Amino acid sequence: MDLSSINPILLLASLMVAATPILLAALGELVVERAGVLNLGVEGMMITGAICGFAIAVETGSPVVGFIGAALGGALLSLLFAGLTQFALANQVASGLALTLFGLGLSALLGQSYVGVKPPPTAKLDIPLLGDIPVLGPIVFAHDWMVYFGLALTLVVWALLKFTRAGLILRAVGENHDAAHALGYKVVRVRVLAILFGGACAGMGGAYLSLVRVPQWTEGMTAGAGWIALALVVFASWKAGRVLLGAYLFGGVTVLQLNLQAAGVDIPVEYLSMSPYLITILVLVILSADRSRAPGSLGRVFHASS
Amino acid sequence: MLRLEQRPQPSRMWVYLTPLVAVVITMIAGGALFAALGKSPVEAIATIFWEPLFGEFAFYYRPQLLVKAAPLILIAIGLSLGFRAGIWNIGAEGQYILGAICGAGVALAAYPSESVLIFPAMIVAGAFGGWAWGMIPALLRVKFGTNEILVSLMLVYVAEQLLAAMSLGLMRNPEGHGFPGSRNLQQYEAAHNAELIAGSGLHWGVAAALIAVIFAYILLNRHILGYHIRLTGQAPRAARFAGVRPNRLILFCLGTSGALAGLAGMFEVAGPSGQISIDFNVGYGFTAIIVAFLGRLHPVGIMLAGLLMALTYIGGEIAQSNLQLPAAAIQLFQGMLLFFLLAVDVLVQFRLRWTRTEAA
Repeated sequence: MDLSSINPILLLASLMVAATPILLAALGELVVERAGVLNLGVEGMMITGAICGFAIAVETGSPVVGFIGAALGGALLSLLFAGLTQFALANQVASGLALTLFGLGLSALLGQSYVGVKPPPTAKLDIPLLGDIPVLGPIVFAHDWMVYFGLALTLVVWALLKFTRAGLILRAVGENHDAAHALGYKVVRVRVLAILFGGACAGMGGAYLSLVRVPQWTEGMTAGAGWIALALVVFASWKAGRVLLGAYLFGGVTVLQLNLQAAGVDIPVEYLSMSPYLITILVLVILSADRSRAPGSLGRVFHASS
Repeated sequence: MLRLEQRPQPSRMWVYLTPLVAVVITMIAGGALFAALGKSPVEAIATIFWEPLFGEFAFYYRPQLLVKAAPLILIAIGLSLGFRAGIWNIGAEGQYILGAICGAGVALAAYPSESVLIFPAMIVAGAFGGWAWGMIPALLRVKFGTNEILVSLMLVYVAEQLLAAMSLGLMRNPEGHGFPGSRNLQQYEAAHNAELIAGSGLHWGVAAALIAVIFAYILLNRHILGYHIRLTGQAPRAARFAGVRPNRLILFCLGTSGALAGLAGMFEVAGPSGQISIDFNVGYGFTAIIVAFLGRLHPVGIMLAGLLMALTYIGGEIAQSNLQLPAAAIQLFQGMLLFFLLAVDVLVQFRLRWTRTEAA
């Protein structure tokens, strides 16, 4: 084994790439949960976004259009969840599971003719001078534009929830839907919009996997990334800034274990591949003592009876 | 406009009717899907639901029905106990894999002994493997309040990696010329989960599924523990006042569903599948979630739902070879079923009313 073959600069740079899909999906889910809805279908929306984005990018030759298509695909799928939970008042846990099972099937069907195809490359944000700075340059300034989009989205979600009236209404709906309803806020409308936003974010996260990270389409390629994103929201105690921190932590673990595999550490590959999941569990255990931050109405069905 | 009005009591009629309505809607939507794929919808639906039961080769497919339904029913029975109490074990796939690994491990360790004790020992080991894997989320939930949904699901991915490690390493067949995968237990008589009546498909797993259905029925309807499970699901606060200890319930539900899933995995690896291999699991643990809901979390309902779902598996395979229908279409078809079921389910608690003026 040769640990010196691991380049810390490249490691940090690829960490940001590895973190982006779960960052996007987790930000979407954060907004959904702050509105009081638990959507366990992130995995299904991610994989649907992955194939929608991939197919559209291949057909049009433009990754940008691909990402937009992925967001639409994810949002469209989440609309099913919104219909089930907000209008048919179905159990949110069961509906989320249904969404995941449905999305896995749908993506496999849509993706049949795209196995082994190469997607068009996503443009790197090439800032002439900054990218050439030693050490800092490749880590911070030489990524594709989606990485920065993820960072910007974190900022937007944080500011939106903290400073705007819309964010306040969203949080009110999530904390106590009966009180919000009594104040005249449209609980169902707010929640449907939040769910759509969550779907779009998960879709883009999935497309990042298929268009940039891997980049290829294989069945079931998200491999639990959606579930890790769900765990991340709990980890972040429903705060946008901490989602970013958590995403980089998990990204770091993923990249590190891949590097260890490549460096030929004397541990079978399978056991290294387990590590992101095991660390997710570990972090969940450590953080589950503090449940005070969960939105008050999370997962509860709302029905305006009067 | 159309409005939902809460029923004073859940409609008993709709409790039984919704699964049937959901199946019919799924057939219609599935037909549309198959038509969109350029296949004749009527022929496709007939191939899936009619061919395995009454078609030309039904004598071959009917036993297969039991073989496929048994693991689904075993797992779904276990899941339904937890689902009733609001304890969400969605990692049955992992418990299924661990049951298979432990069960096969006992057999492979004993090879080539022909002792009659091997098969019973495998059953115990399989149940233990699933139980132990299910106890991880249970203990974490009880001790630390960790979300059991996420932990049990993460453990599926861990189990899949463990399965790969086993079939490439520890359990690899020493006479397998380096190919991944263990010895084939079908050729190892003491460990083989053979058909009890030749050609019927009835192996020990089917018997175990039947026993599980009966025990679950008794538990839920005649035993205090089953009453506590139902009470916790319907009124958690009232249950606490009635002296139900939630932690014990969590340990029991997750442990039992884990053990049943482990048994299903063990019967599968010792019988129909035969060996531990990288792609040994085929998603029964996830399909069983659909089965549990479709069966209304009721043991008898689950048995019927398990048979129906097994039918879609077998019919789907026939449709794949006869009509070139893609495998993913069948997966999607099964996913749709759960969707429509949840959508129609609203009619159990609510009724639809037309109102002239919009309510304030």
